[in-house]
Amino acid sequence: MNLSNYLVLASVLFAIGATTVLLRRNAIIVFMGVELMLNATNLVLVTFARQHGDLSGQVMAFFVMVVAAAEVVVGLAIIVQIFRTRRSASVDDVNLLKS
Amino acid sequence: MTSSLATLVTAATPDAAPAGGAFTLAWLLVALPLAGAAVLLLAGRRADPWGHWLGVLASGASFVVGVVLLLALRARDADERVLDLHLFRWLPTGTFGVDAGLRIDPLSVTFVLLVTFVGTLIHVYSVAYMEHDVDRRRFFAYLNLFVAAMLVLVLADSYLLLFFGWEGVGLASYLLIGFWNHHTPNAVAAKKAFVANRIGDLGLLVALMIMVATFGAVDFATVLGAAPAASEATLTALGLTLLLAACGKSAQFPLQSWLGDAMAGPTPVSALIHAATMVTAGVYLVVRSAPIYEGAPTAQLVVVIVGAITLLFGAIVGCAKDDIKKALAASTMSQIGYMVLAAGLGPVGYAFAIFHLVTHGFFKAGLFLGAGSVMHGMGDSVDMRRFGALSGLMKVTWGTFALGWLAILGVPPFSGFWSKDAIIEAAFVGEGWRPWVFGTVALVGAGLTAFYMSRLYFMTFHGKRRWNSGHSRGTERDTGPVLHPHESPRLMTVPMVVLAAGSLVLGMLLAAGDGFVTWLEPVTGVAEHHEPVLPVPAIVTLTLLLVVAGAALAWFRFGRRPVPLRPPAASALTRAARRDLYQDDVNDALLVQPGTYLTRSLVFGDRTVVDGSFLGLGRLLVRLGDGARRLQTGFVRSYATTMTAGLLLLVGVVLATRF
Repeated sequence: MNLSNYLVLASVLFAIGATTVLLRRNAIIVFMGVELMLNATNLVLVTFARQHGDLSGQVMAFFVMVVAAAEVVVGLAIIVQIFRTRRSASVDDVNLLKS
Repeated sequence: MTSSLATLVTAATPDAAPAGGAFTLAWLLVALPLAGAAVLLLAGRRADPWGHWLGVLASGASFVVGVVLLLALRARDADERVLDLHLFRWLPTGTFGVDAGLRIDPLSVTFVLLVTFVGTLIHVYSVAYMEHDVDRRRFFAYLNLFVAAMLVLVLADSYLLLFFGWEGVGLASYLLIGFWNHHTPNAVAAKKAFVANRIGDLGLLVALMIMVATFGAVDFATVLGAAPAASEATLTALGLTLLLAACGKSAQFPLQSWLGDAMAGPTPVSALIHAATMVTAGVYLVVRSAPIYEGAPTAQLVVVIVGAITLLFGAIVGCAKDDIKKALAASTMSQIGYMVLAAGLGPVGYAFAIFHLVTHGFFKAGLFLGAGSVMHGMGDSVDMRRFGALSGLMKVTWGTFALGWLAILGVPPFSGFWSKDAIIEAAFVGEGWRPWVFGTVALVGAGLTAFYMSRLYFMTFHGKRRWNSGHSRGTERDTGPVLHPHESPRLMTVPMVVLAAGSLVLGMLLAAGDGFVTWLEPVTGVAEHHEPVLPVPAIVTLTLLLVVAGAALAWFRFGRRPVPLRPPAASALTRAARRDLYQDDVNDALLVQPGTYLTRSLVFGDRTVVDGSFLGLGRLLVRLGDGARRLQTGFVRSYATTMTAGLLLLVGVVLATRF
């Protein structure tokens, strides 16, 4: 088991997620990018937990999953509401707070 | 009359006894007119039908109380005639406190009677004079307010309470000068009087501060009692600051410029305030502060010089004025110059200053009311060049005016003769150069007075008609409005007759047996006989000769010869006198212009430096905000980019510092 393989994979996944968040307009896709980044982080946590033989990293990964699940629920609800009112899921259209 | 010329042996300031009996009513003197003013001002329009009579009643009742006080005072021995009536603790402040109380003595009672008697007559006169004015009630409220303030001034037993009345008089004067303030020049004149008076008030304020610092008190008993023991420097400072106050209120040089403009007020106001009572407050102040001036010969000399300058100043201005009220105002200035001169001469002059003040109060009020009556009949015109030949048309006005004219000229046995002659003789008392200079000034002033008053009298009542009667056509005089001069109603002529009777007999009555001088002795001190440098008969003869010469010259130039309708080209002195000897121009150049420049530059500094820095700071913040606002694009992705870039930067920094 080579540590750097896992870390490189996690970095690649995180980079893909970040790029998705930064480049895509569709809110759903952006959401998926966020999930990808969270899971890349989880992978790093689990990898280091295994490496050090310490379970606290894995526990932390569970926390991240729970928070991510909650976030998905709230986030999707907001996105659906926005879609219903504005007939669009593009994040660029949601700029009402800018004068 | 020689027996009345005297110098003081000891400054007599007898200890004031507490007042009892009838004297406890003295507060009514002030309370009655004050209540009248309050009712008239607060009752509003519903008081219009009877308000003026309430004003007359309040003033008249005050006069009755004054007479009661006079009788009660005369019933006491001469050395027990100075009384203090304690009213209440006014300003309790720890160690230093001021009581409000009234000083009842021959001097204050003399003033009370003058103010309330002449005041009541003028109230009665105003009922008719202001009949067609919609604001007659307000006018009477102000008149009552004035009477109350003047009584506070003369009855106060401390300089602070006197100052209170002093300011009240200034306020009433301001309100009355600007009574017709819908006409801008009147409002400006009121403001000018107010500002000039404030300069004088500053002097009184400084004097009050010096008193508190030196004596720790401001009441007459303490200050005047301790004055002989104070250093000469303190007394000189006090004397000069009090003189400044007197100059402001009494229109003495160099603060006299407001009096001429004050004629913008209704004529009864000119009679009451600017001739008979308010402007005499300065003389009262100087005489009241006699013990202070006794210890300050320099201040006394300045007082005499101011009086002498004003005397000539007013007389010269009076010779050239064509406005009947302004000519009378100049005359007032000049006559008060006489009083101030006498008051500055010391004990030899105090009683005569007050004597002249009382007789002047009568004949000058009579003259002003006469002028008001003429204006009433002549469609409110004041230009004497448009008068003439009114003697047959306004017989009562003419007769009373003539009596006042003879009185101010000092023709025996009219009242002015007794008082003015006494002042001229007193001016000749002394040693060295002073009696010669001041005596000569007083003498010349008498001649000038005769000239300008006769000029006024002849131009108004005699000579050819110079107004448009509507009967003839073609000459220049017929260009003016058609006038039908008529005698004024009884309500106006009766006060004039009473005042004229006073001009005729008052001097004789008061001078008989030196009665008035003896009456004032508890305040002005017991006097000792002193001879003037010229023999008295010579002075009297010289005075009368000058008076006759002045009157004859006026008759020759303005009575016999026709008076041109427009002021003719004249010498430099006449041109200067027509413009008040350039006093306004001097004030303008010395005070107004620099003041204007100063305020303008301060405003400029305020705009550029103070406002500039604050507004600049504001503008800077706005600009910064505008810049920062650009960062808020509203695009979620650009925010995310910024966050990512920031995160990467942080990681980069952490890594770079680790290795």
